[in-house]
Amino acid sequence: MSLDKATVARVATLARIKVPDADLERMAGELQGIMSWIEQLSEVDTKDVAPMSSVVGHVLSQRPDAVTDGGRADAVTSCAPERVQIGDGAFFVVPKVIE
Amino acid sequence: MSALTDLTIAEARAGLAAKRFSARELAAAHVEAMERAKDLNAYITPTPDKAMEMAARSDARIAAGQAGALEGIPLAIKDLFCTEGTRTTAASRILDGFVPPYESTVTSQLWRAGAVMLGKTNLDEFAMGSSNMTSAFGGAKNPWKRRGDARDLVPGGSSGGSAAAVAARIAMGATATDTGGSIRQPAAFCGVVGIKPTYGRCSRWGIVAFASSLDQAGPIARDVRDTAIMLGAMAGHDPKDSTSVPRAVPDYEAALGRGVKGLRFGIPREYRLDGMPAEIARLWEQGIAWLREAGAEPVEISLPHTKYALPTYYIVAPAEASSNLARYDGVRFGTRVAGGSIEELYENTRGAGFGAEVRRRILIGTYVLSAGYYDAYYLKAQKVRALIARDFDEAYAKCDVVLTPTAPSAAFAMGEKMDDPVSMYLNDVFTVTVNLAGLPGISLPAGLSSDGLPLGLQLIGRAFDEETLFAASHVLERAAGFSARPGA
Repeated sequence: MSLDKATVARVATLARIKVPDADLERMAGELQGIMSWIEQLSEVDTKDVAPMSSVVGHVLSQRPDAVTDGGRADAVTSCAPERVQIGDGAFFVVPKVIE
Repeated sequence: MSALTDLTIAEARAGLAAKRFSARELAAAHVEAMERAKDLNAYITPTPDKAMEMAARSDARIAAGQAGALEGIPLAIKDLFCTEGTRTTAASRILDGFVPPYESTVTSQLWRAGAVMLGKTNLDEFAMGSSNMTSAFGGAKNPWKRRGDARDLVPGGSSGGSAAAVAARIAMGATATDTGGSIRQPAAFCGVVGIKPTYGRCSRWGIVAFASSLDQAGPIARDVRDTAIMLGAMAGHDPKDSTSVPRAVPDYEAALGRGVKGLRFGIPREYRLDGMPAEIARLWEQGIAWLREAGAEPVEISLPHTKYALPTYYIVAPAEASSNLARYDGVRFGTRVAGGSIEELYENTRGAGFGAEVRRRILIGTYVLSAGYYDAYYLKAQKVRALIARDFDEAYAKCDVVLTPTAPSAAFAMGEKMDDPVSMYLNDVFTVTVNLAGLPGISLPAGLSSDGLPLGLQLIGRAFDEETLFAASHVLERAAGFSARPGA
């Protein structure tokens, strides 16, 4: 599998990271280098091996289905690059997303 | 009396209790030392005013007979822990202007124990790196230099600012985090002690997430006892982190005196790498001799999947990072670069806000998780990871603890190893297996390289058996008698 410019551009779009066209070639080279080093995993026989799903065998505990937090819109929006206060409500501001 | 900044945490604790000096005097001595050592760039955000306020409150509690376990002890906090009211950067531009309205669980436990915050320390951006060179604020410098060579060296990473601050005596101890070696490798490079506890020991709540199944917080300090004291305050179950484990926290400091008589320590044959520098191999041999002289028994063990640990890590960690770092969208916090649509806003913000190494890892993570590749990469890696954990399970049938070098070299110069990402990744060759298996590991300084730089030994324990690590590393520490200091 080779990681070409088009693949890097597609992955960058999936990751929502703007990569200038001029950088695609170099990045494809770097990522290809890393991926071909990773490729050595294919020599490990993992037939009948269950993928690790818990690091130290810890069983996740359950908690009551109860509201324990909330009503803190001011704190939640306090670090937003752009926010607006309308009446009692604090809101994030984004470009128009609905036509 | 020696300088207040030279004291260990245990010594300072005794001095404060005996009222030989006040918490304010202790904090002021550190604040002054930080000012003089600014050139190290160990702190991204010093908080001297906060330190003096907290120290004054410590003095009041000491006077009232209400001192906590870390009362008045000045600590540095890796700038990956959210601190209420103090900006938190993760050494990234994308978190510009982020002042958390909440406190991480680990730091809130330290403040509850009476500790004093000196500031937020430098790191690789989002903890992704082994040199500090990926920090958006420029890397911290290692206070150590090669003998007869004025070049600045890296402190290691990602917790390089924490390790440099502790080594330079501008913090008594520091918090750190370790995803693939980020506590232990910088501790080794800076000649200090660092322990990554078992996954689940410390709450991850309020720590900027990198790879959630690997990240774990731990302390860096100047001796083994001080790390035991700090970990005792940092560890413990937290209902806010579902992966934090509901187990009682033992008295780690009490474990120091246990000794190692009858302990079996494993020497993994796969860690004898081709091309391992002779002085690293010699130090390892010396460590074996020290433990043997103290009554422990060496056992040859095999960890056959060791060579696959780093490639496994470079699937698992970027995959989890690509998911965790999706939250930096230019909407909720941090920096924003405008765009005509919401998609453009996301892409512009993330393109400009993330540094080169972080972008690289997000792209790898996105790629290995993308349609058609999940089974070939992520699932495969999680299977190999299970084999790596099984290697340790089998080894621990024959031994109680594992002894290895911490890193394959001493600290390198700033700018070295920057051409090829993979050569930088190889720094973590001895440490990364521990994260994949979720085990505890400690690094302590055990000797000097031929050009006068500290070298570390690592002990790896069974899950939740940090006590054996403290006992065995205390024995090694006394045998090594490491007393060298940077700049001496």
